[in-house]
Amino acid sequence: MTQNGQYNFAYLDEQTKRMIRRAILKGLAVPGYQVPFASREMPMPYGWGTGGVQVSAACLTADDTFKVIDQGADDTTNAVSIRKFFERTADVAVTERTSDASVIQTRHRIPEEPLSEDQILVYQVPIPEPLRFLEPRETETRKMHALEEYGLMHVKLYEDIARHGNIATSYAYPVKVEGRYVMDPSPIPKFDNPKMEMAAIQLFGAGREQRIYALPPYTQVVSLDFEDHPFDPSKADHLCALCGAEHTYLDEVIVDDDGTRMYVCSDTDYCATRRAEGHTGTMGTPFTEDAA
Amino acid sequence: MQKQSLIGGFSDAPKQSAQAFRAAMNAMARPGRLFEITGAQPPVPLSVAGGALVLTLADTDTPLFLAPSHDVPEIRDWIAFHTGAPIVPAAEAMFALGDWSALQPLDQFAIGTSQYPDRSATLIVEQPLLKNTGAALSGPGIEHQHHLNLPDLQPFQNNAMLFPLGLDFYFTAGTQIAALPRSTQVTPALQESV
Repeated sequence: MTQNGQYNFAYLDEQTKRMIRRAILKGLAVPGYQVPFASREMPMPYGWGTGGVQVSAACLTADDTFKVIDQGADDTTNAVSIRKFFERTADVAVTERTSDASVIQTRHRIPEEPLSEDQILVYQVPIPEPLRFLEPRETETRKMHALEEYGLMHVKLYEDIARHGNIATSYAYPVKVEGRYVMDPSPIPKFDNPKMEMAAIQLFGAGREQRIYALPPYTQVVSLDFEDHPFDPSKADHLCALCGAEHTYLDEVIVDDDGTRMYVCSDTDYCATRRAEGHTGTMGTPFTEDAA
Repeated sequence: MQKQSLIGGFSDAPKQSAQAFRAAMNAMARPGRLFEITGAQPPVPLSVAGGALVLTLADTDTPLFLAPSHDVPEIRDWIAFHTGAPIVPAAEAMFALGDWSALQPLDQFAIGTSQYPDRSATLIVEQPLLKNTGAALSGPGIEHQHHLNLPDLQPFQNNAMLFPLGLDFYFTAGTQIAALPRSTQVTPALQESV
């Protein structure tokens, strides 16, 4: 059932959308800087993508095709409920195919398929401040960004090396944007960090923390590292068990009580597309449309 | 207040402002590129693009400065009726609207603070014509190089040097819009004839 007529287009009222839109524009003008905004309560709990939902609501037009992924998957509870939310309140077309979508809201992954200039990627961000776990005071982290004082972040990465022999940070790996702001890329695996220099617009929304930030297309995004410990976008050293892909980010799935594991693409649409093209992994069966 | 002030707004605000914002966001994300933005019929001398941008972004929370070129009762009334934005002196403005020469000097506008660089003015500069020739632009949002017929050169170079502080610019002409955020580097066009 469509609930058009009962809600304003895309749920939020117009004044709220204008406020969010102004924050998005300032975010694009100062890439990597976290713009404060008056985050609203949404009809879902904090941690379920309230920031991303508000940014999507401010961006969606009636002509858009909307896709939502949660850890790469289109069919998890979070993705399904947000997709349904905008189907009901904005009456937009929805899709699971990355290439068909004009706006993609994501929790913790970047799709494997490269995005085009006509697409917008909206990230759900839990903690937007990359320095927060090093310095809990907002007044101090704000000063550190103003003064470009990022030594503490390098100390943290160095301590990783001292303790583990390598940089153990594997997700939410900090990046420097255009040589100025250190930014939290949201908890995407560091495997995805190199993809952030893309043709699409990237918008980041943190609802509970009330911050919006953005990356225009082709913005320089450098993962922090050291000369003798260069950034390594690592992934599980396996092939996808379903589609045989060797270049995708993999989820580890325990399949029985003996701890047998299988590794599968975290991007479900990419994996299904490959299987439809005839790629089959060691545990995969030939793809049929209504399987699974 | 003239009756003229009561018409010319969005007829379907939620959907038209969404379309207009998409154009404004694309423009800001891809500096120098031209986009179509429509839906408003503001009184002269305000352009369709300038009017649509004001309707999309301005409201009672956004103090607006009208440069002398656009400070006429028709526009004041139109903005008051459709957005409610308070008209203020340049130093207090979040948005400023006018011709390039009427907006001078630029140092009268807020450029943000080091802790809050977003607290800066966005200037909506009305131009007779926009085209992709002239000054070369590079920086975030630009893969190689974009060109735009900027009304001047030095002020934009100085503005970029203030980064992360500085002003952000929209240029509007007819139904077209382009943007120049503070992050964009501006250099003179070397081969204008090409």
